[in-house]
Amino acid sequence: MRAAAVALIALLLAGPAGASEERPTAAELESELVCPVCDTTLDTSNAPVALRMKAFIRARIAAGDTKSEIKAALVDQFGPAVLAEPPKKGFELLAWVLPLAGLVLGAAAVGALAWRWSRGRGEDEPPDDSGEPLDPVLERRLDDELARFDP
Amino acid sequence: MSGRLRLAGQVAAVAVVAALLGLLAWKLTQDESRVTSELQRGGTPTAPPFALERLDGKGKLELESLRGKAVVLNFWASWCGPCKDETPLLQEGWKRWQGKDVAFVGVDVKDFRGDAREFLERYGVTYTNVYDGKGSTVGRYGVTGFPETYFVDAAGNVRYRIAGPVEDAAELDAGIERALAPA
Repeated sequence: MRAAAVALIALLLAGPAGASEERPTAAELESELVCPVCDTTLDTSNAPVALRMKAFIRARIAAGDTKSEIKAALVDQFGPAVLAEPPKKGFELLAWVLPLAGLVLGAAAVGALAWRWSRGRGEDEPPDDSGEPLDPVLERRLDDELARFDP
Repeated sequence: MSGRLRLAGQVAAVAVVAALLGLLAWKLTQDESRVTSELQRGGTPTAPPFALERLDGKGKLELESLRGKAVVLNFWASWCGPCKDETPLLQEGWKRWQGKDVAFVGVDVKDFRGDAREFLERYGVTYTNVYDGKGSTVGRYGVTGFPETYFVDAAGNVRYRIAGPVEDAAELDAGIERALAPA
């Protein structure tokens, strides 16, 4: 029963993704591609090259190309920088891995500090009296001074 | 244990700082507007080399292969309005200077190859044109817009730059004469 539910959810999720790959819309592609001269996504740009790219996308959709094919054609012309999201391979993979690595390292550092801090506070260590004894004259003077504050 | 942890933390911090310094040094050496800024200071910077696909399908063109000639390096794109006005002027200039140790090279930037070829055909361009769809030359030359023209001397140094369209034949010829003048 549980397996069937999981399979149903997977199918429901895979359905739209597959449809989007096979029959992409201009709007979704324009939000996933970047105008090479203005560095914003195509859907927010009216630069001449962005308008030309939008026309190219519409023509390729009409010709029946998949989303991957259209993106690959644009990468071939303009390079990978035209993708709003860097590809998850090669050097561009760093753009995905580094923030996650930073997050994990930061969490580990905070965890380690918190652990040390709680450990230090939890231990009722006796006061350190291993230092050198006070000079007797100085000690007597200190006692006298403190005695002045006694009620 | 805590001493070792502290040492590891210090090593990691030093490594991060060193990596950031390395990144800064790399960025400074890759200074994107070096050519333009040096020209503005009155210098003659070395033209950044490139090897780009020729739009006529005859392989690649290396800028360094043109050493010994003055080079008119024009950055353009088919979607650029002022480029359309400028191109006939460059084509006429090319005819005028042909055979006089001057090469004209168009660099089509951030464009569709097909559009670029159609553009060249429409305007009857016969000088060499190369394709730089990714715009890899733009940052290295410090191109601020399209069109933009650089005049490179026979030794490979940039002598002059026209930002925006070349207005007339006299302006073009003046740039070429600067590139041909002895250093």
